[in-house]
Amino acid sequence: MVYEIEKATQIADNIHEFWINAPQVAGHGKAGQFLIIRLDDSGERIPLTISAVRGDSVRIVFMAVGKTTKQLAAMKAGDCIKDVAGPLGNPSDTSKIGNCVLIGGGVGIACLPILAKALKAAGNHVTGIIGARNEKLLLLSDELEKECDELVICTDDGSRGYHGFPADILKKRIETDRIDAVWIIGPAIMMKITSMATLSTGIKTIVNLNPIMVDGTGMCGSCRVTVDGKMKFACVDGPEFDAHLVDWNELMNRQRIYPAMEKESAELYAADPHRQDGINGHADGHADGHGHVCTCGLSKANSGNIGKNGNNGNNGKTGNGVEN
Amino acid sequence: MSGKRDAAERIHDFLEVDTGLSENNAVLEASRCMECVRPKCIEGCPVNINIPGFIAEVVKKNYAEAAKILKADNMLPAICGRVCPQETQCQGRCVLGKKERPVRIGALERFVADWEREQGIVTPEVGKPTGKRVAVVGSGPAGLTAAAELARYGHSVTLFESLHAPGGVLTYGIPSFRLPKDIVREEIDQVLKLGVDLKLNHIVGRSVPVDELLAYDAVFLGMGAGLPSFMNIEGEGLNGVYSANEFLTRVNLMHADKFPDYDTPVIKGKKVVVVGGGNVAMDASRVARRMGAEVKLVYRRRMEDLPARLDEIKNAVEEGVEFMCCANPTKILGEVAVSGIECVKMDMGKLDESGRPVPVPMSGPDATFMLDADVVIEAIGQSPNPLLLSLMPDLERGRHGTVFVNAAGMTSILHVFAGGDIATGAATVIEAMGTAKKAAAAMNEYLTKISE
Repeated sequence: MVYEIEKATQIADNIHEFWINAPQVAGHGKAGQFLIIRLDDSGERIPLTISAVRGDSVRIVFMAVGKTTKQLAAMKAGDCIKDVAGPLGNPSDTSKIGNCVLIGGGVGIACLPILAKALKAAGNHVTGIIGARNEKLLLLSDELEKECDELVICTDDGSRGYHGFPADILKKRIETDRIDAVWIIGPAIMMKITSMATLSTGIKTIVNLNPIMVDGTGMCGSCRVTVDGKMKFACVDGPEFDAHLVDWNELMNRQRIYPAMEKESAELYAADPHRQDGINGHADGHADGHGHVCTCGLSKANSGNIGKNGNNGNNGKTGNGVEN
Repeated sequence: MSGKRDAAERIHDFLEVDTGLSENNAVLEASRCMECVRPKCIEGCPVNINIPGFIAEVVKKNYAEAAKILKADNMLPAICGRVCPQETQCQGRCVLGKKERPVRIGALERFVADWEREQGIVTPEVGKPTGKRVAVVGSGPAGLTAAAELARYGHSVTLFESLHAPGGVLTYGIPSFRLPKDIVREEIDQVLKLGVDLKLNHIVGRSVPVDELLAYDAVFLGMGAGLPSFMNIEGEGLNGVYSANEFLTRVNLMHADKFPDYDTPVIKGKKVVVVGGGNVAMDASRVARRMGAEVKLVYRRRMEDLPARLDEIKNAVEEGVEFMCCANPTKILGEVAVSGIECVKMDMGKLDESGRPVPVPMSGPDATFMLDADVVIEAIGQSPNPLLLSLMPDLERGRHGTVFVNAAGMTSILHVFAGGDIATGAATVIEAMGTAKKAAAAMNEYLTKISE
């Protein structure tokens, strides 16, 4: 079994929207959950949040900043990914809550439409507040506008909508509106700062954490986070947690365990995208147990125009943290 | 005798330490077997292999027949011959052990399995298709054994594995210098050739909802005990602190020792402290040694209380792992990353039910000491992963989060059976296989009954 990329679109500078055929993930994936991919035999396992599901296909949106995400970005429709596992983690609570505010930052914006849709279907009033550096990074905002009752757009540079951060809008809304729950999805630093707005209000505030993962099924503890003083595994106990109980400094510290190795890996890939081809030849008939002969070929074509690092809070080899 | 590679040489690679018996030595060793009328060794084997039967064929150099006898009871002989604690099982019961030394049953099992693999494996026959659909959850030793047994009974078996490679602890846990991965793969392929349908990347409870699972005619749960325990001391969130599961998974499954040829990173520590005294602690220590670290192992009881296999302790000592017994970590030190570990010396108290002393922390100014470390690996035990079980509230639970089963491996749900670590708590490969084999027999009986 390999997993075919059905559609690969670059939707912003360095940011890509992929639809992947993975029936076991798409058939059961819900808002808040993630999947884990491994591109080939030499690859690492990286977590990516499920951005949408349709039929047998699942959508991911990711920023190409590390080795694995750059390699993925260079793949095209028709190419195959060796492993896609999921859905993983607990789905979001999308019961009837009342007035819900969904805040997205960076690539995290792309995780909101599926959540907004589920919350609206349950009878909630949904307000989206999204923020990005500039207009071009407002990912899937047309789609999100359709799923939300109201959408507020913020840009750091004022190129569209409110000139400033979603946290500013949230603070104003807390004064004027009754808010029952807030979701914040984005880089850790953005989730930390934005969640401070609700700290003394008693408003339920949920964040989708993005620590480094390996298996994603609860067997290693790489993704451990401290929540309310207790050790939790984000992959099975989360990835959603109460924002006000998260030890943010520990999370952000643990996202930076391997900076030098991530850099080395990315640089080697940039210098020669084919250097691992020997390992990733099609001789590995054992890996899927049936001597499967892959006919699709894992494209190693270099897109050649990999841009600068994004601001999504995950460094180097992005893929090690859930791509929010 | 079987050979063992010199520590000075083997410390630089991940190749197998034990090089196995030569043909001559295998025949000589086999000829020591007394062929007892009522062989105790069979009782000592959790899957009850016909040990004198296969050994008699080795004496006659009839290795193909020996392999056939082995595989009648055990589809993973090359694995079991390597990792079973034979000293407490088959070999522990051998009558020759009373006067001299027991027959080296494990080494002979391995010899036969390796011989067959080199010659070309003969796949055993499977029974007539029964039309019954069976789901097996987890492709570790328990799941593989249940799947093989059920396929041989003629049932249609679907084997679900959440990782990208089958084998469970055989693949992600036990390092290749004890259990080469090509041998694991070939032995698993034998099981698949019986017609077992392996579904990788399928997390039961998530990719396969519980109602879909329960729709099978019978279900075997073999998810193991993969949830790592942590010590709950200060500093466990520091970078450089690993569970043994994470450290071993990164190296064994993801090949992080070969970074950057493989993409998965792992911190290559210069000074590594491993906490614990079981086989997992030995594996983690020896892997860290092979990656160039100076390794200290901290264990709270005495050297003679170490729960690991004696051979593996000896191997670790030979390879330069320094044992610091009667000590227990109290705090991991560091700002961002680990810089050291603080430990307290332990006094040995009264013996507990298992016959081991209860360790009691000492007090006073000399009771604590510090070790420099840049990596700390915790190998203090695992418990069953609650992911699937939390979605099956009707399933009666045993102690420490296990699934309750009766002697036949039946759970509180009529057509659901369980075996291996999920039912027993963390144990050995062969015990997992033994419980799985029993459960498979009970499943077959159940499936036969419902079709009548």
